Amino acid sequence: MNKIEKKADVVIIGGGVNGCSLAYQLAKKNKKVVLLEKSYLCSGATGRCGAGIRQQWSTKENAELAINSVKIFERLEKELGAEIGLRQGGYLIAVHDQKDMRQAEKNVLMQKNLGLDVSILSPEEILNIVPILDVKGMKAIGATFCPTDGHVDPFKTTHAYAKAAEKNGAKLYNFTTVTDIKTKNKRVESVITSKGTIKTNTVVNAAGAWSKKISDIVGIKLPNKPFRKEILVTERVKPMFKTMVISFKDGIYFSQQDEGQILGGIPIPNEQSGYLTNPTFDFIHHMSKTLTRYAPILKHVNVIRQWTGYYDVTLDARPILGETDKLKGFIQCNGFSGHGFMLSPMVTKLLTEYIVDGKYPEILESLNLDRFKDKTTVKEVSVVG
Amino acid sequence: MADKTLICRCEDLTQKEIEQAIDDGYSTLDELKCRLRLGMGPCQGRSCISLARRVLCQKTGKTQDEIILPTSRPPVVPVSLGTLASDKK
Repeated sequence: MNKIEKKADVVIIGGGVNGCSLAYQLAKKNKKVVLLEKSYLCSGATGRCGAGIRQQWSTKENAELAINSVKIFERLEKELGAEIGLRQGGYLIAVHDQKDMRQAEKNVLMQKNLGLDVSILSPEEILNIVPILDVKGMKAIGATFCPTDGHVDPFKTTHAYAKAAEKNGAKLYNFTTVTDIKTKNKRVESVITSKGTIKTNTVVNAAGAWSKKISDIVGIKLPNKPFRKEILVTERVKPMFKTMVISFKDGIYFSQQDEGQILGGIPIPNEQSGYLTNPTFDFIHHMSKTLTRYAPILKHVNVIRQWTGYYDVTLDARPILGETDKLKGFIQCNGFSGHGFMLSPMVTKLLTEYIVDGKYPEILESLNLDRFKDKTTVKEVSVVG
Repeated sequence: MADKTLICRCEDLTQKEIEQAIDDGYSTLDELKCRLRLGMGPCQGRSCISLARRVLCQKTGKTQDEIILPTSRPPVVPVSLGTLASDKK
């Protein structure tokens, strides 16, 4: 068994994409970093997610985070010197009625003001982008489309970050659990793990659906709830479309992967929060029914697998980032509500600048845990899965 | 021999590629699955997982019982989207 480091500048809890990206960036800025993962890297939400990257959001904060994240993804292979599997085939978001259309117009205007290449499509134009769709079956009166949205391989990306982090001196420990976090005078002092104690003044809670449990250790209540989410994947078929098709109304999202599989998800009716892992027939039935309504040609394609993972869901579907006065040095990086992968490049950049240089931009303030004290938080409505 | 011995036929993985990944530090079947797509093709690991487990035993000195198998995922056999979408009982 490898012996654990006795001291670190920063201890990161959680070996998903956010933890590994943070480890890399902090290590690059000469911080002594230890990352703790209770299972193996990508074993939680990162390795189970749809891994879409989308810039079309309803709140300005999310849109900005996503746009800047895509810019980072675009140059990440070069920076890390490893493949990340970026595919920019766009996101096509179905618009079903006039109310949808008004929201879409509002979103597109805001997104265009941020410099995003995004447009509203007619039903005919939808078929030019994804010919296998049945616009009538989808009950779509139009769509919004952004060609630079897409997909990134979550395993390749996280492993690339992890390798780069180690190269810069970070220590990553798999199969290591956090049993306690010691504090003194409202400051973090040390982290106690199954492999020993690490002295540190800074801990990052990037434990995904288990962040609430980690935060409970130090007595800070997170409003996050874990929700089981399901995905199915089909056998490989010939390339038919490169775009991710989604609908906020039906909750469906699906795309064709580079290897040819169709992969997608949808929420099941009456979803309840909790640490549930069993796959359901309700999901596979509901998903197959909706998917074949959107693209009838797929009815002969075989499903080979379905699996589950968690969304770590907050009250406004936006992440919780940074620390509060209650405990200095305990930094939240969680509550991504199903969008942790796509927002990770920018979120971890902001947190790195905060930890290393003390930079505290407006966006970090707006995503602080303390926002829930105020009852006027703006909810992100552009959510699927 | 080993460089041409296929372990996972669906995803076209050789014994050598699996041994290389184990040398790179991926020490469980789940990690090998994430890294190499081992067992993620149409057979869902029926033919390859037990072979990969044997390679893992040889490389790590663990016994077969000590190696945790990846979770089996439904459906047991491939089923078409059309069949799964049907409401007929």
